[in-house]
Amino acid sequence: MSIYQDAIIAGFGGQGVMLMGTLLAVSAMESDMEVTYIPVYGPEMRGGTANCTVVISDEEIGSPIIRRPLSLIAMNRPSLEKFQPLVRDNGVVLINSSLVEPDLTDNGRIRAFSVPVNDIAAELGNLRLANMVALGAYVRITGIIALEAVIKSLSRVIPERYHHLLGHNTRALEAGAAEIRDKYPSGG
Amino acid sequence: MQEVLAYKSPEILADTPTHFCPGCHHGIVHKLLAACLEEKELAEKSICVAAIGCGAFIYNYVLVDSLEAPHGRAPAVATGVKRSSPDSFVFVYQGDGDLASIGLAEIMHAANRGERITVVYVNNTVYGMTGGQMAPTTMVGQKTTTTPGGRQPELDGFPLQMAEIMSRLRGVHFAARVAVNNIKNLKKAKKALLRAFEVQKLGMGFGFVEFLASCPTNWRMTPVEANERVAGEMIPYFPLGVLKDAVAEEG
Amino acid sequence: MSKIFVKGNEAIARGALDAGCSCYFGYPITPQNDIPEFMSTALPKAGGQFVQAESEIAAANMLLGAGACGIRAMTSSSSPGISLKQEAISYMAGSDLPGVIVNISRGGPGLGDIGPSQGDYFQAVKGGGHGDYRQLVLAPGTVQEAYDLTMLAFDLAFAYRNPVMILGDAIIGQMMEPVRLHRRKAQDSAESESWRLEGFGKRMPRVIKSLRLAEGTLGKHNEHLQQKYTAARRECRHEEFMTEDAELIVVAFGSIGRIAKSTIRRLRQQGHRVGLLRPITLFPFPSRALQDLAENGKRFMTIEHNMGQMVEDARLALCGLAPCGFYGHLPGNLPTPDDFEGPILKEFNSGT
Repeated sequence: MSIYQDAIIAGFGGQGVMLMGTLLAVSAMESDMEVTYIPVYGPEMRGGTANCTVVISDEEIGSPIIRRPLSLIAMNRPSLEKFQPLVRDNGVVLINSSLVEPDLTDNGRIRAFSVPVNDIAAELGNLRLANMVALGAYVRITGIIALEAVIKSLSRVIPERYHHLLGHNTRALEAGAAEIRDKYPSGG
Repeated sequence: MQEVLAYKSPEILADTPTHFCPGCHHGIVHKLLAACLEEKELAEKSICVAAIGCGAFIYNYVLVDSLEAPHGRAPAVATGVKRSSPDSFVFVYQGDGDLASIGLAEIMHAANRGERITVVYVNNTVYGMTGGQMAPTTMVGQKTTTTPGGRQPELDGFPLQMAEIMSRLRGVHFAARVAVNNIKNLKKAKKALLRAFEVQKLGMGFGFVEFLASCPTNWRMTPVEANERVAGEMIPYFPLGVLKDAVAEEG
Repeated sequence: MSKIFVKGNEAIARGALDAGCSCYFGYPITPQNDIPEFMSTALPKAGGQFVQAESEIAAANMLLGAGACGIRAMTSSSSPGISLKQEAISYMAGSDLPGVIVNISRGGPGLGDIGPSQGDYFQAVKGGGHGDYRQLVLAPGTVQEAYDLTMLAFDLAFAYRNPVMILGDAIIGQMMEPVRLHRRKAQDSAESESWRLEGFGKRMPRVIKSLRLAEGTLGKHNEHLQQKYTAARRECRHEEFMTEDAELIVVAFGSIGRIAKSTIRRLRQQGHRVGLLRPITLFPFPSRALQDLAENGKRFMTIEHNMGQMVEDARLALCGLAPCGFYGHLPGNLPTPDDFEGPILKEFNSGT
């Protein structure tokens, strides 16, 4: 069976959702995978949420737009409410439990993972690292890309003027992965 | 007796019968252009952008590399020409309908960008080729086929004074209005045209020369009457002279 | 060379630069603004000219001017702006002038929306402006193809001395994918030496125009244009996917082609023998490929992000050899593979 994963990454504008998507995508490219990334346009754009879709495969990718994804990263509650019903059965739903009640997840139909990414980012000293915590958790859950590949790709995605923060971003990615390893030892 | 060559037609001016009506000033402007191009040794590197209207056929008379532009778009086409071929000498030949009506946006912005081109604008207050309809420069009260009772400002607006408008734009380095209705004016016209050419040649910026011209056919006049109308009616509203010579002013 | 990860719009801009494009003329409109924005820094750096024109009309006419000087130049816009460019495109076609026009199309008619749509198919392949002319139309389905086909567009524009259009949409323009870059090439000035304007110098003056009043000349010129379009048939390009044993072939181009490919993969897993033909050149249309498949007993349907345009060309190509159904996805809605599953199955089952 070929390797295939797709994800909708959604949150408020300003939560760094698009950066998560591009970093995941570039990491996949650096890992010699086929990958597409699309910021979603149209009616989906409205309502204060930003979202993007990433598709990763070892085969040529058809559609870059996915109605019913295999996985979802919901950085806020509206994103969970909007996209969770579309996630395929047994798909992955990763929520930012700093902002979303874990009991809102449709656990059982889907596989839910709760990570308080804002709190972990705050502990690391910068709330804006929440997106990196979430991405670290996501790659640990799905195993679609090695965490090291994501860390290696940081410098390609983050603008040069922020390169002094590469270390912080690395630690945030690692913290997210560690949270999954500790909290979900079997499901991660 | 010794023979003296008293007059020689410009070499790039085609030796061919013209399609212009008797008394039309286009032919005089063509010849003036050709003479100035030769005098400045610009003919070999010239690209002429022709517009739509009676002047469209300039490429049949002034024999330089030439390109036809859609109606009103000559300054935009010339922008593309000059930007892609900066060493060429680029001039545009437009009538009043082309430049001041359908092409107003293109002339304003090419001028405002200070494109290194020369615009030769022939204003005869009427759409000549299509049969004498109202132009943006038609005089108040002037009868045309679409203003049978004469142009009424309250309905049709006022004749546009393009040389003045051009002279107000920062990107324009040279703007003048000239006429070719008598020898005195013809000499001044030549001087203005040579100066406009020089402005481009030295890479200083946009040059604009408005020629007041007659159109006996559509004015329903004899060539002599039409020539007299230029002096009697047009020049008072469209005064002649150099309106702007930024370089000379600075110096 | 290593891969970069870029939007389709940026890939188009890079493709132009790497094909030796040295002039860009444009006017802002969503969803193609990445192209002028990229060009505004990259082109001057490469020694070229970037002009933000006062309108799409002016931009297209600047393209005409640059084309007459034999320079590789480009303009880009989106549907409403492309309508404004039609005047100059018609003049370019009538004057045998090369130029590349990019349409990252959006929903219409009128102002429509800024989402993807294929509503400009007819405008692109049937001429678009006044007069009896065509432009070559290339429809990328991937970001790599957006880059590659833009390079090809310049070669074709000069080979045929004709406008060439890249027809994409908001999906192709906005999505990001890895792109492998080619070595940048400078324009070979010999490709326009025999006709371009640059001042007559030591030769006879040249005139480039579309006005042909002398008796017989316009007819002759139209004949010449048609010969050119016939010759361009050799440029037909298309992709086939799982067509060999297919009973039903889905014909879809651009973004819709690749989305349909996902649906077809899914239907194959369910055991349905369906395949895909993705036209890459829309003009010339890959009629021969459809005919060959029809002769092998295939049935067809087009899937389009409009209410039925390419289906007319498909049916004309098939000329009764095989039936061709149609499913149109409404503009204003993002198409996904799920949307095509039902319509393909319905068409598939209608013939069994």
